[in-house]
Amino acid sequence: MKRALHYIIFYGALLGLWTLLAELKIWPPYLFPTPWGVAESLYAGFQDHTYWIAIRVSMQRVLIGYGISVVLGMILGLGVASNKFLEETMGGLLVSLQSLPSICWWPLALLWFGLNQNAILFVVIMGSLLSVTLAMEDGRKQMPKIFGQAGRNLGAKGFKLFWYVLLPASLPFIVSGLKQGWAFAWRSLITAEMLYLSLGLGQVLMMGRDLNDMSAVIAVMILIIAIGYVVDGVVFKGMERHLQNKWGLTPAT
Amino acid sequence: MSANAQNVSARFPVPVEPLGQVRSGSPRGGLAPVAVGRPAHSVLPEISKVSLSEICLSYRAQSGERLLALDHINLQVQRGEFVCVVGPSGCGKSTLLHLIAGLQPQTSGQVFLDGKPVQGPGPDRILIFQDHGLFPWLTVGQNVEFGMKMKGISKAEREEKTRHYLRLVHLAKFENSYIHQLSGGMRQRVAIARALATEPDVLLMDEPFAALDAQTRDLLHDELERIWNDTGRTIIFVTHNVREAVRLGDRVVLLTFRPGRVKSEFPVELPRPRHLEDPTVARAAREILDELRDEINRSLEAEYNEGVKPRIEPGGEL
Repeated sequence: MKRALHYIIFYGALLGLWTLLAELKIWPPYLFPTPWGVAESLYAGFQDHTYWIAIRVSMQRVLIGYGISVVLGMILGLGVASNKFLEETMGGLLVSLQSLPSICWWPLALLWFGLNQNAILFVVIMGSLLSVTLAMEDGRKQMPKIFGQAGRNLGAKGFKLFWYVLLPASLPFIVSGLKQGWAFAWRSLITAEMLYLSLGLGQVLMMGRDLNDMSAVIAVMILIIAIGYVVDGVVFKGMERHLQNKWGLTPAT
Repeated sequence: MSANAQNVSARFPVPVEPLGQVRSGSPRGGLAPVAVGRPAHSVLPEISKVSLSEICLSYRAQSGERLLALDHINLQVQRGEFVCVVGPSGCGKSTLLHLIAGLQPQTSGQVFLDGKPVQGPGPDRILIFQDHGLFPWLTVGQNVEFGMKMKGISKAEREEKTRHYLRLVHLAKFENSYIHQLSGGMRQRVAIARALATEPDVLLMDEPFAALDAQTRDLLHDELERIWNDTGRTIIFVTHNVREAVRLGDRVVLLTFRPGRVKSEFPVELPRPRHLEDPTVARAAREILDELRDEINRSLEAEYNEGVKPRIEPGGEL
């Protein structure tokens, strides 16, 4: 109750300040729109289905890209964690690669895949793969050894050991990495979409710029934030809660 | 260097034949005392259920030198026998169980099961860990059926057996609970049910009751004895508690401190059911403890001198 009040006060003040600045007309309205202008853009965008289509296209891409990242990243991470040679060699490479913004792969992706969806997917994968890999590697190391021993003892080996023991056992340790991977995937996607006419949210954002329609730009920015927030709050918070209930853990940051 | 079993001339323990019989299936020596009511000790040649032959394990310490953890261990365990292994902490007794379970390779020597060399883990030998090793992401029931699932047993059979073994450890009502909702004693009972559900020939128990309070441990001793009676499994039970070993075992095997060697073996011929407080149990334990004392002193000395014990993690490599 008190928290809700805090929210209302904070966001009310933010909107108030925004309105005030806009109404003072220090900048022309097409450069600095009012909240109502942004709300109208949002409404119009959903009305003519532009936003619906953009959201669908973007979500589809990020799900495919992120999905591939998760699968590949888990295999890679597990490999790096369980092989001394890989750990010494590839481990360092992975960490250093993480300092490279994923959009730096864009020129290569264009040459390799052409100007199409695959290039975007490639950038998305490069954006989130490393986070997932490093999280998996770390999770596999943090995971108590006894689970693997107990699993092998009870007859699990190979893929069964991975699927029924190592993966579920490491989940609490990798969920924050998965979350980070998702955030990177989402950002990489929007960036790549902004560079290429592609129906997604990134393109709609750039369209607003081309039309000098700042309220549309801000509307799409709000959409991008909202989707990221909802996925985080629903999917990942739900996963964390679920794990906590099963394991009886206190939340791991 | 290992056949240093000492014959103890007290009424208890009864001396056993010197160790060092390597070949599994060799007769246990006509002079060995025959325990009443335990056909396993019969003079007829019989293939041991579990047979350890010249097991050595060495590892590289942080200083770079090679340390010997287990030194030519020879041990025969008969079908249906309850053998307890005692020794000071750091003698490698847990590691020995990991070797038998196939979770870790020995440096040299061989583990035999029914006369066949053991290669890697198998559901015929299930290890029960001190901290139970139950899977927190599964319910109690799913934990118990896990081994059967890995074996590819049908769902219907799995469910039936899961219920059966949960009833056996008196936890039928907790089938759908998660592990963190159970007490320590209940968790160990789930671990026992999970181990039994794969219907192993041999149960390997690694100080399973060490972390429990005294009352719970007493109860679990009774339960384990009952289950052993009902199922006729072979049990190798590792503990540092000599009284517990005498309470449970048909035979108590004493290991030395670093490197672990078999120091002596004590058949326990007290009638069952036994209780921890029985004076006969206490007396038998005392005699074993007298032998163990040297080893404990050596282990304490090493601990004081080194500050930190260079412990070998059982199952260090995975």
